[in-house]
Amino acid sequence: MNLPVLVGLMVVKITLVLVVFLTTIAYVVLMERKVLGFIQLRYGPNRVGPWGLLQPLADMIKLLFKEEFTPPHANKTLFVLAPMIVAITAFMPFAAIPFADRILPDSLTIYGYQVDLTVAALNRGVIADVNIGLLYIFAISSLAVYGAVIGGWASNNKYSLLGGLRLCAQMVSYEVALGLSVIGVLMVAGSLSLVTIVEAQKSMWFIVYQPLGFLLYLCAAFAECARTPFDLIECENELVAGYQTEYSSMKWGLLMLGEYGHMIIASALAVTLFLGGWQGPFLPPIVWFLIKTFALIFLFIWVRGTYPRFRFDQLMYFGWKVLIPLALFNILLTGVVMMYL
Amino acid sequence: MQVLFLILAAVALISGVLVVIQVNPVRSALYLILNFFTVAGIYLLAHAEFIAAIQVIVYAGAIMVLFLFVIMLLNLRQPEEGGEKQHLAQKISGAALAGVTALLVIYTCTRINLGPAKEMVPGFGSTEAVARSLFTDYLLPFEVTSVLLLVALIGAVILARARLD
Repeated sequence: MNLPVLVGLMVVKITLVLVVFLTTIAYVVLMERKVLGFIQLRYGPNRVGPWGLLQPLADMIKLLFKEEFTPPHANKTLFVLAPMIVAITAFMPFAAIPFADRILPDSLTIYGYQVDLTVAALNRGVIADVNIGLLYIFAISSLAVYGAVIGGWASNNKYSLLGGLRLCAQMVSYEVALGLSVIGVLMVAGSLSLVTIVEAQKSMWFIVYQPLGFLLYLCAAFAECARTPFDLIECENELVAGYQTEYSSMKWGLLMLGEYGHMIIASALAVTLFLGGWQGPFLPPIVWFLIKTFALIFLFIWVRGTYPRFRFDQLMYFGWKVLIPLALFNILLTGVVMMYL
Repeated sequence: MQVLFLILAAVALISGVLVVIQVNPVRSALYLILNFFTVAGIYLLAHAEFIAAIQVIVYAGAIMVLFLFVIMLLNLRQPEEGGEKQHLAQKISGAALAGVTALLVIYTCTRINLGPAKEMVPGFGSTEAVARSLFTDYLLPFEVTSVLLLVALIGAVILARARLD
């Protein structure tokens, strides 16, 4: 009897989180342009609204009204499918990331109905507390590479194809390092559920126990999001714009959404795994979560404004011969310490 | 639950057939990915969350990406419709093999006891349960598999090196 109410509340919660997430993506783009402007001693966007605050809105309207163009010899279905894959795989991981502790009381009275909110974790600051949360996030984000590969192939353009293949090789290589770098956290927390992992960091953040793991995670995450210094798909002088070359209008907008979405997910996951999630003194949990996540996003932008790009062979060397052995060593070290201390 | 299972099973079977009959290898690979997803969904319905996640990560997220990668690297042109004519011997041996497999499947199906399912053990299918059985009861096969993978890796490296020299 309560089922429709519960489903309704769930839909409201998911919609709210998604809207906030999309707005955050839009403003992270603005933040990136502003911070890069600051680093490069220029203003950045400042014409639309006060301090350029309405710039994301203007950008979106522009994208929506641009001409939708599909190259004549492209594979139409796959060409449309690729941006969807990129965007969806960027949104879905957030379902398992806890952004606050409790957001509602255990039960509510809605129009005379007593609704038990502990069902499906409706009262908690996470959409779905699944017991394989971390694996779920890795499963979804390991699918992101299809967007690049399929988009590059369906565009029927050599630059797109090569860009897609390059990104594919990069993401497959760094996924291994990314997966291995968080195993230390799993060993310390003893759980794959992200809610449990955050609660296990009540007294001490895991970055203290896993400094090497955090560093490896950051390197691998930068490569997974294809951000500087690993942004080889955006290597204009070699590949024009990689797999995105043939995309225009809102399809390109979706690719951008996906790219920034992945960056936010990577930051939020780092906060959850290493920086104590929503835990923190005085301020409400959700504020702590936002502060930490935006600090990491700022780091992403800061690095982009500071470092040059790797060469492709350097990228592969770094991934396979530096990150993966170090990650394995980190697991061994964690095991030894946990066994004998 | 039953409806979900029937939908997933139907999609799995249809996509499986489509994998085989597609001319274009990229489409085949994409249908195979869909197939992996439906199988992962069936695992989820059977309370095997860990296996479901691993199915997506390993098969859909890693192996099929490499498949697609190789297909796209080697086969940049669209294959022309029809392709090469098949030999008679190919057709006969294919049909014979399919017949034998079908017989084996039918034989196995008749031996299955379709009674009510057993009571589920608490914690079945969880990561802990899978890990415990992997590292106790099935330790030897598990380790032998890892050696097998290592051998395959070394073999691939040797083949690549022989080409280079």
